[in-house]
Amino acid sequence: MNFTEVVGRVWEVLTRRIDSFLFGCALALFGVGLATLFSAADQSVARMSSQLMSFALALALMWILANIPPQTLARAAVPLYLVGVLLLVGVALFGVVVNGSRRWLNVGIARIQPSELMKIALPLMLAWYFQKFEGRINWKDFAVAAVLIALPVYLIKRQPDLGTALLIGASGFYVLFLAGLSWKIIAGMAAVGGAAGPFFWSQLHDYQRERILTFIDPSRDPLGAGYHSTQASIAIGSGGVIGKGWLNGTQTHLDFLPERHTDFIFAVFGEEFGLVGAALLLVLYMLLIGRALVITANASTLFARLLAGAVTLMLFTYAFVNMGMVSGLLPVVGVPLPLMSYGGTALVSIFIGLGVLMSVHAHRTLVKA
Amino acid sequence: MARHTLFNTGGYRGRRRFGALELRDPQRELFLFRRRLLYAFVFVVLGFGGLFARFVHLQVVQHAHYRTLADSNRIAVVPIVPNRGVITDRNGVVLAQSFSAYTLELTPSRIANLDQTIDQLAELVDIQPRDRKRFKKVLEESKNFESLPLRTKLTDEEVARLAVNRFRFPGMEIKARLFRHYPYGEVASHAIGYIGRINDRDLDRIAEWEESANYKGSDYIGKVGVELSYERELHGTTGVEKVEVDSGGRAVRTLSRAPPSSGNDLRLSLDIKLQEVAETAFGDRRGALVAIDPTTGDILAFVSKPGFDPNLFVDGIDPTNWQLYNESPDKPLLNRPLRGAYPPGSTIKPFLALAALTSGKRTPQQTISDPGFFQLGGGGHRWRDDKVGGHGLVDMYKSIVVSCDTYYYVLASETDIDDTHRFLSQLGFGRKSDVDIEGELTGVLPSREWKRKRAGNREDDRKWYLGDSISAGIGQGYNAFTPMQLALATATIANDGVAFRPHIAKSVVNTKTGEKRAVAPQPTHTIAAKPEHIAFVKNALVGVNREGTGARAFAGTKYVTAGKTGTAQVYSLKGEKYNAAKIDERLRDHAWFIAYAPADKPRIALVVLVENGGFGAQSAAPIARKVLDFHVLGRAEPGTAAPVGSPRDVDDASD
Repeated sequence: MNFTEVVGRVWEVLTRRIDSFLFGCALALFGVGLATLFSAADQSVARMSSQLMSFALALALMWILANIPPQTLARAAVPLYLVGVLLLVGVALFGVVVNGSRRWLNVGIARIQPSELMKIALPLMLAWYFQKFEGRINWKDFAVAAVLIALPVYLIKRQPDLGTALLIGASGFYVLFLAGLSWKIIAGMAAVGGAAGPFFWSQLHDYQRERILTFIDPSRDPLGAGYHSTQASIAIGSGGVIGKGWLNGTQTHLDFLPERHTDFIFAVFGEEFGLVGAALLLVLYMLLIGRALVITANASTLFARLLAGAVTLMLFTYAFVNMGMVSGLLPVVGVPLPLMSYGGTALVSIFIGLGVLMSVHAHRTLVKA
Repeated sequence: MARHTLFNTGGYRGRRRFGALELRDPQRELFLFRRRLLYAFVFVVLGFGGLFARFVHLQVVQHAHYRTLADSNRIAVVPIVPNRGVITDRNGVVLAQSFSAYTLELTPSRIANLDQTIDQLAELVDIQPRDRKRFKKVLEESKNFESLPLRTKLTDEEVARLAVNRFRFPGMEIKARLFRHYPYGEVASHAIGYIGRINDRDLDRIAEWEESANYKGSDYIGKVGVELSYERELHGTTGVEKVEVDSGGRAVRTLSRAPPSSGNDLRLSLDIKLQEVAETAFGDRRGALVAIDPTTGDILAFVSKPGFDPNLFVDGIDPTNWQLYNESPDKPLLNRPLRGAYPPGSTIKPFLALAALTSGKRTPQQTISDPGFFQLGGGGHRWRDDKVGGHGLVDMYKSIVVSCDTYYYVLASETDIDDTHRFLSQLGFGRKSDVDIEGELTGVLPSREWKRKRAGNREDDRKWYLGDSISAGIGQGYNAFTPMQLALATATIANDGVAFRPHIAKSVVNTKTGEKRAVAPQPTHTIAAKPEHIAFVKNALVGVNREGTGARAFAGTKYVTAGKTGTAQVYSLKGEKYNAAKIDERLRDHAWFIAYAPADKPRIALVVLVENGGFGAQSAAPIARKVLDFHVLGRAEPGTAAPVGSPRDVDDASD
């Protein structure tokens, strides 16, 4: 083997399971995010390099996941789910309180947030469950699935972290939906949910109610909870059609935008690149999700389908909820914008998800149902 | 069945418990799954479509609105306070000027424990109890998000010490502010006035001028004197700096700047040297003096004794000093020339004589016989003359020179009060002089109509009696004039009947262009009196100072003066003889003197009032002499003023 062959072989190993279309979209979004971050962080090189380090780690994990066949992942479903639930119980009992919420668990070397693990563990668990009982799913399975969803959702809601609880609930629901949950049940759940609205309202914490009320009318509390939302709307709205130009956003650079490199990075983008930029960004996300849906549609097993579908829809959900929240369409919940927001954990989770999708795609023909 | 209604994943299949092979239809399952996926795709498209619609709404439909909000976020308009104009006297001597100094200011809303913070600051810079008191007072009058001064006029060292420790005191600021300084202190304080912090009433006034924008950033406004009446000349035009600020309110850069333009300088007609001479002549006595140039209406001196130190008011007066001023029985805050109304006493006589000449009621030659009193109808009430036994035969000249009361009792008994009222109002009695210092009173020049309108419970209180006329005939009774009115009337006679509007501002100078706007002398009217009648009265006034009641005070003048003494009763004696020694000081008569000089070509006309000074000749005339000497000769003649409370001299006993 000569040198060229070695390089060729290594390249083949590295790229064999990588879906170039999906990866290209992700790379483009990450690049846009990096440019926006450069502006949002006032051209801080430290933040850039930190984000690039996370990116390197995320790429490695993506590659590893892409190379693990879905069946192997399925075997990890039950242990991961159990560990996740145990950790959540641990949080409830011994958790560390940060900012009034008990979300973190101190495990000696670091603090971890078990709800992050649950974001992957729950859809994995449900996909495994439906795969296991494939073809003869009845109402008992539905009840079991409901319990599997309700348990972590309840624990996370108690922390309290309503936003994450709803997102994890949504990921569970997506699996049920794709598994073929009857429309009647969906309609019934919606009706029950609507009817139980006042009850849930009474169950909410004051700050959660305040957040929802502030969402309905940001002027209720223009300097408190409404401040984020108001300033973000001002940033996006003042960007206009073509934006104020890269590094020229006044809301961004004069410090009016809170959380602008993390959850509110889209406001920076909207201010500096305007409607044209926002539309192009939506197209990029659309391409990413579209490709992920194609991968899902071609998946070979029920497990792979459900897992890939849930990952895809969660990707959409994060993007939609984040942009909806930043543009004032939804109440403020702590959801990062996939591939754009600063932060290692979020970036790594997204690339793990992409790795799962690539694995599903790469192994579609290897295992026949 | 149940499964079928719950899940649509498949159709017919066997059951594991029967051990049967599962019958599955992967194709159908895949179809159903893909259909679900299509719904999900529609959901995704709808979601992103909704987002896009929202972006269009924000960035196109409401773009202008949000752009405005973003600009108001980032652009702060910072007013730049203009320099207040300088006030000088007629010779250019500075009476009020502004200077810049550092102040230590606190914003109460940003400070958790105000007292503790002040205690800590007191360790760094000198903070007196009066500073604390003043701060408390300002605090009560202000909104607590305003920055309020705790210490003013910091030294460079104090500024340095505070700057180093700034981080310890959020809510503390060191600001460069413009201050007002009145180098002459109490001298002419009632004329110059002072500035003070803008209060709610001032804000209303500013709003009325439609100047609210121009006063953004201004902390001070004229409160009293010319500082008040020429506020709009002195203030200047506020400049504007547009700065870009970050969310913390810190200025990042200047976007544009329109510099302020300083207020106009104000030159007064006042002669501060003359003013000082006059105020010194008063000594500790209370009273007023107004000196006017009769040919122009220029106010040369404007004395109200005691005065106050205007410098104390600039930063907000501390409660101790305020109490001292406000509760003093000497009323140092009362502007006596404009807001003190006193009966004119005998100073009214020359004006009544002129009225009688004009109406033809009297000729100069007509005489009366003065037995020392006047009695109505033979058996009624007796009005006493000052001189026991009377002045004998008295003509008009003598009536003024010796100040014969009986002559004027008789005249009053024969004259209708409304005729007197009509004539005297031409001279400015009972009318505002329209002087350019605010707050003057109208005074009272009685008439039938006035008495009818006066609030009285009984019909009798509103009816005019002959007795009222007789009291008014010697300047007592209902008469109450301000010193300004008497000064104006004297000036009008001195100027042969041509009245000028009195004014204290001489010119306004635009500091930028150097353009000077003179306050033109404003002749208001000429009184309806024949020149020979005025000349007769003027001659008699010269006689007063040559051979009459003013002779002693004006003995040895090197120029010819004219004057008239007056004594105004404060306390009504019921038939007893007035004895100054027996009466409490504050119930003693007020002493008046009106004068002008030189008699042939008057350059100055003045009025002196000494509160509770007793006889006019004794305490008021010597002050007039000093002021006239200084103005006419350019220097004070030594040893001419008789000491206060000297024994009464027979020669000038009559008044």
